[in-house]
Amino acid sequence: MDQFLQHAMNAAILGSTYALLGIGLTMIFGIMRVVNFTHGELYTFGAYMTFFFVMVAGVNFFLSLALAIVLGIALGALIEFVLLRPLRGADIDITMLVMIGAWIVMQNTEQMVWGGVAKSIDTPFPEEPLTLGPVSVPWLRVFIFAAAIALIAGTHMFIHRTRLGKAMRATFQDRDTAALMGININGINMLTFALGSGLAAAAGALLAPAFIVTITMGNPVALKAFAVVILGGLGNFWGAAIGGFILAIVEEFGAVYISSGYRDATGFLLIILVLTFRPTGLFARRERIG
Amino acid sequence: MNIRTSVLALSGLLCTAFAVQAPAQETIKIGVNMPLTGPVAASGNYIANGARIAADRINAAGGVLGKKLELLIEDNKGNPTEAAAVAEKLISRDKVPVMMGAWSSTFTLAVMPKLMEHQVPMLVETSSSEKITRSGNPWIFRIAPTSSMEAKVFAQKLGNLPIKKAAFLVTNNDFGIGAAQEFSKALKERGVQIGITETMDPHAQDLSAQLSKLKATDADTIFVTSVVEQLTLVLRQAKALRMTQRIVTTGGSQAPDQLIQQAGSAANDSYHIVFFTPWFPEQAVNKDVAIALVDEWKKRGYNPSGLTEGFRGFDGILTIAEAIRIAGKAEPKAIQQAFWKVKVKGVNGDISFAKDGPASKESGQSTANVYMIQIKDGKVAPVSF
Repeated sequence: MDQFLQHAMNAAILGSTYALLGIGLTMIFGIMRVVNFTHGELYTFGAYMTFFFVMVAGVNFFLSLALAIVLGIALGALIEFVLLRPLRGADIDITMLVMIGAWIVMQNTEQMVWGGVAKSIDTPFPEEPLTLGPVSVPWLRVFIFAAAIALIAGTHMFIHRTRLGKAMRATFQDRDTAALMGININGINMLTFALGSGLAAAAGALLAPAFIVTITMGNPVALKAFAVVILGGLGNFWGAAIGGFILAIVEEFGAVYISSGYRDATGFLLIILVLTFRPTGLFARRERIG
Repeated sequence: MNIRTSVLALSGLLCTAFAVQAPAQETIKIGVNMPLTGPVAASGNYIANGARIAADRINAAGGVLGKKLELLIEDNKGNPTEAAAVAEKLISRDKVPVMMGAWSSTFTLAVMPKLMEHQVPMLVETSSSEKITRSGNPWIFRIAPTSSMEAKVFAQKLGNLPIKKAAFLVTNNDFGIGAAQEFSKALKERGVQIGITETMDPHAQDLSAQLSKLKATDADTIFVTSVVEQLTLVLRQAKALRMTQRIVTTGGSQAPDQLIQQAGSAANDSYHIVFFTPWFPEQAVNKDVAIALVDEWKKRGYNPSGLTEGFRGFDGILTIAEAIRIAGKAEPKAIQQAFWKVKVKGVNGDISFAKDGPASKESGQSTANVYMIQIKDGKVAPVSF
């Protein structure tokens, strides 16, 4: 039982970051119909920016996280403006190839700038973990969990309570009608991509101090984000949020009670089952972004 | 200047450049197949640096057979498919008579069929999987210790560590799984109980599931086999879970300086089996060679924590150069035969090859030295083994 609680805690924390990544990716697909292969690189970018601000520039830890997220949003906006805007209306295959190219270019640029040696980031949190009975959690992870939940809630509020959010939802439901109603589709696209990218950068910035920063840290993460999105249904906000937690729970308990060698496999097995029996995702009938 | 004249000027420049280059001195080419980019890029670059130091040292002393050594260092991107492609390119296009590579066991195993196909020898500087020298590939000569050699030396000298029950946490590839099997075998022979083996994806960053499970077992020592990046995470996350078990890392790709720097106090009290101890080069078997490498490494401003990897590249090129010298010509078959006769004083120790694997198609395996260190109060301390 003690062990069960510890694993449940691990899964909850991991799940919150999967959810964050999944929501960013699902928003971009839902509104723009773009399969964003740069998502993992935005995660890596957020991590390296946090490293830069904390360890190189000596900026306050929390401020560094905020700066990394802002830069992630800016980079997302730039990608949208330079690569995706000229491709609007192009075949989905072409967009996919361009995004794969962008992914490779970004990863190699990071390698050139930062080199191959992994980096680690100091945090202001105490090294001694928080101990609740048999369960032991580092303070940093408690913070990651809280920040991830806050970001998810904030994004949800933005989409559902603001005029811009309403415009995003309208564009999701019917792009042409939204345009006829005077919504600036280019603006909405840029906003969506920037916001989705910002969430990926936020996940990277939050997790980087807990893990270590490497060039390829985004690869497995991007795969997980795609898994979460498929699990929850493409373009489905709550689907991605809940899907993130489900994937983490399946992975954590799969690793413990089945085999750690199949940790990733258990997650993907679940996805195969979902695709077989509910091809539109687990939460297809629930509310979408629209 | 308009475009046409600048193009003309440029082509003129290029012509003279080629004209100057044409009568370049003939060199002996050595192919080096390393992960220079990708997830394990740091290690691959350290080995390339060690190789460069060795080649420069040999060339400064007049080269081999009156010719300079030329290293063709190619990037296998930390990917077995690319490693095989790099070998193909080095052999077919660059016509190298001998190669060094390919760091990880998985990459080396991917390259091995190419050696059989083209009949070119390769010196293996890092990979530890038993399969490499046991699969009947006579073009393989390995200076790195196998997991079983490492395990046996460790088990023989167990006395100082009171280990009753061991568990394993290994990276899920040829390197990690092989190490878990060999250490289990060697420890069992010494009467140590063997607990569970947990694996981790080579790219995994969150290892709390595996560690929580290990924490709950009654094993008093956990043997961890992976590369430095993942070991950093293991040490940190083990501390976060308040694990009290002894941690021993194996495999020789730990870079303890980097662990101290990045895992901080979580690295304290952990043990590490390494193949070179650059903190005390004077204790090495061939201390002159070891001190020379450490000095040159520092002089060039390379990252000091890379020495525990870099020495392999250095020893590898020294050994290859000696084989070429004995062969008397830079041809694959002659170099292969010459490898059996080399006696090199390397950083790790004396290098010479004994036969390993199925009869009549044996691979060469050198007996490497194995050391253990402990991290204490943020410093590396020798462990009297």
